[in-house]
Amino acid sequence: MEAIPARARAYVACVALGALLCLLPLPSVHTPWWAVAPLAALYAGCQQISRWRPLGTFYPVLLAGAFLLPPPAAALVALPGALLSPVAGRSRATRRIWRAAELVVAVWAAARVHWALGGRDAVVTPDFPYALLPALAAVLAFCLVLSVLDGGILALAETVPVRRAWRGLFLRSLAPIGVHGLAGLMMAVLWRSPYGPFAALLVLLPMCVSAWVFAQYHRERAAHQATIRALVQAVDIKDGYTRGHSERVGQASTMIARELGMDDERVEVLRFAGILHDVGKLGVPTRLLRKDGPLTPEERRVIELHPEYGHEMVRGIAFLGEARAAVLHHHERLDGSGYPYGLVGTQIPECARVVAVADAFDAMTSTRSYRRARPVAVALEELRRCAGAQFDPRMVAALVQALGRHGWHPAVTAGEEPRATPPADTRLGAQP
Amino acid sequence: MTFVRRRPLVILIHACAVCLAAASLAHTLWTGLDDRCVALAFAVLVALGELARWNGAEVRESAPLGAAGALAYALLGEDAGRATGHGVPQVVTVVLAASLVGSVPHIARGQGPTADHLARRVLTVAFAAFCFQPLYSQGPFGKGAGPAYALLLVALLALTALCDAVLAAALSHSRTGWPFGPLLRDELRGMLGIGSAVGATGAVMALAVAVVGLWALPVFSLPLLLTQLSFRRYAAVRTTYRQTIASLARATEIAGYTPAGHARRVAALSEAVGRDMGLSGPDLTVLEYAALMHDIGQLSLVDPVPAGATAALPAAEQRRIALLGGAVVRQTGVSPQVATVVERQADPCGEQPVAARIVRAVNAYEEKARDAGPGGPLRALEELRLATAGEYASEVVESLARVLWNQGGGAMGVRLPGSRRQGGGGRRAGLSDPARGWVTHG
Repeated sequence: MEAIPARARAYVACVALGALLCLLPLPSVHTPWWAVAPLAALYAGCQQISRWRPLGTFYPVLLAGAFLLPPPAAALVALPGALLSPVAGRSRATRRIWRAAELVVAVWAAARVHWALGGRDAVVTPDFPYALLPALAAVLAFCLVLSVLDGGILALAETVPVRRAWRGLFLRSLAPIGVHGLAGLMMAVLWRSPYGPFAALLVLLPMCVSAWVFAQYHRERAAHQATIRALVQAVDIKDGYTRGHSERVGQASTMIARELGMDDERVEVLRFAGILHDVGKLGVPTRLLRKDGPLTPEERRVIELHPEYGHEMVRGIAFLGEARAAVLHHHERLDGSGYPYGLVGTQIPECARVVAVADAFDAMTSTRSYRRARPVAVALEELRRCAGAQFDPRMVAALVQALGRHGWHPAVTAGEEPRATPPADTRLGAQP
Repeated sequence: MTFVRRRPLVILIHACAVCLAAASLAHTLWTGLDDRCVALAFAVLVALGELARWNGAEVRESAPLGAAGALAYALLGEDAGRATGHGVPQVVTVVLAASLVGSVPHIARGQGPTADHLARRVLTVAFAAFCFQPLYSQGPFGKGAGPAYALLLVALLALTALCDAVLAAALSHSRTGWPFGPLLRDELRGMLGIGSAVGATGAVMALAVAVVGLWALPVFSLPLLLTQLSFRRYAAVRTTYRQTIASLARATEIAGYTPAGHARRVAALSEAVGRDMGLSGPDLTVLEYAALMHDIGQLSLVDPVPAGATAALPAAEQRRIALLGGAVVRQTGVSPQVATVVERQADPCGEQPVAARIVRAVNAYEEKARDAGPGGPLRALEELRLATAGEYASEVVESLARVLWNQGGGAMGVRLPGSRRQGGGGRRAGLSDPARGWVTHG
């Protein structure tokens, strides 16, 4: 992470100034310290816990403060926790100040809206369902302020285009913060009820469990992806000269799938189909895979078993869905001369037709031991020539269009050193 | 898998639940419903919770919203400051009726809640209501008790959770024959996760309804639904992960290093032995993954070991393959504990962790028994028992013998799946075999 640019520092200073302005009227309002102190301690405690167990940011406490306290006091609740919260990377002081200032302003705005709509009386009485209205308005204000401030820092510090920085920030944060807002409302109501703050603490337990499980989910998902990568690396180790081939076929399959307008879920499945398409080569003797020179018909037959071996391996992985069919059929040809089953035309699953094109494209544009890489334009010409007989013309057209739009930037597989001889001219130059 | 000889406990628990439900129903029909609005609102909540239930594998609480709603109704003393009049029988009747109504669509799809689930629901709710209602109506915890009331609710919920865990462990013990202690430990560990969320939600709902009335129900159902969603995604990714590891384990079979199905059989048998020896929760997962991948080091060999039988190799060679395997496992991002078990599977058993001992003995048994014909299992066990001291841990071998005895229905030497010779299609035919459920996973 490089140093923070000066304009971002100025922006942080402005927001911090705003936060100070929010806290300024503190001495003049009647501040219920008996509520501010435990809430602030609670928030700081939650932030500290997330040092060991990642729980995410704990908005219910902040929003409960916004529903219970006058705006400056509610803003104060966020301050100690945010200033003490763990941050990563360089210039920690600036990051902490930024985080604290942003939260102070957002909580102040939420509390102000809630106060103006008479939410505090509705919480104390309690007056349901009216209390929901100011609470929802406060949550909206909170989300709005957070996303505007976040978008600003993204645009200034990370130089993300302004429109892209703002797009989606608000809508994405609305649902989770809305749920946190409901929990915060319950907390505020119980805090002021005869049952007291202890009952309010119980509200936090399900939220904690939920956040913890969510963190577990992300950990497990990362482990899962590492395992898939290990499967692919096992193939790469065996088949020396196709290093990174699997990842690149995954990338090209994704491009074709996007171009064909498939939904995100299917695009993801196709990425896995591309990555895993050659996994069956684990079952082919290494001697054959690495053999220089022409193969005998017998040896060719053995190598041609790899789609079936691959299908046997991934058959049990339910989430791969139709990617399993792609692994089995990625060497079928449209005219029925492919293997293993010699399927014709639309008998071949759509995803297998996508992977076949992506596979051939990468095979041509990467360097093999027996020949140099061909330029992208030549490879596409070759694909077009074979469209109809070997490849589905629709997939070839989609690949041509996608490459024309985005170019071809093959990614390097994680854990692999960059290739010594980069393929000549992989960028799409004068391609229509 | 059922064991007739231990079933009385299941029958007893079910009979208790049925009697309680029948008595409650009769009482409620006789006296009529008090506070119909409150009863209806909670019934709707419980029914919706059941509707949103999830029939995934390995979830401890598949309908958390339903469970929380039922507990909240059992612990409800007031509605917006006005005392409610429902007694224990009404609580049981409403919860049972709502659970049944909510599970109609699931039953129609043939995956409704089991009798065990309903019996547990009825008994725990009745337990909570029995403890709470007298304390509330006569004791010092009536109106105006304030914070003490909230403390009472939490204490009662902890007791109820304990009771539920004991019931669940007892049911599962008598169905599967696995030792009671580890099962109870597993259940209690589960209580810390979603169990505590359900309990806390139940308490909060009861208190919040007492303060603001029935509006509290929808407002606080959402956070719990979020928790349920998180759990669902977590369970889904765990399932996927397990399947991927099984596929990785198959790599050695596809590559022709080990016979088809070997890794799967060793994993299933190791898990059964682990349970028998009292392992639970995360330890069992580590054991299962390690057993699945115990041969993965062979992928790094240039020449396959004949028939993949590592148990017959010299100790130094075994250890070398184990170390290679550990290195591969470390690359896969599986937890380092699994890698340690794989690495140390060939060490002398005195220095090994328990999981590595189990994998070593079960692997040796599987290799010796699989091609040995009808008398194979007995002879293989005998060989393990007689092996030089320090090779196989004796407590593991004894546990293995117990497990095999149970699985064979009491007759040793029955055709274990491992003893089946793969037919002419070679390894490919064997790989297409469906996974046989000869060990039921909890």
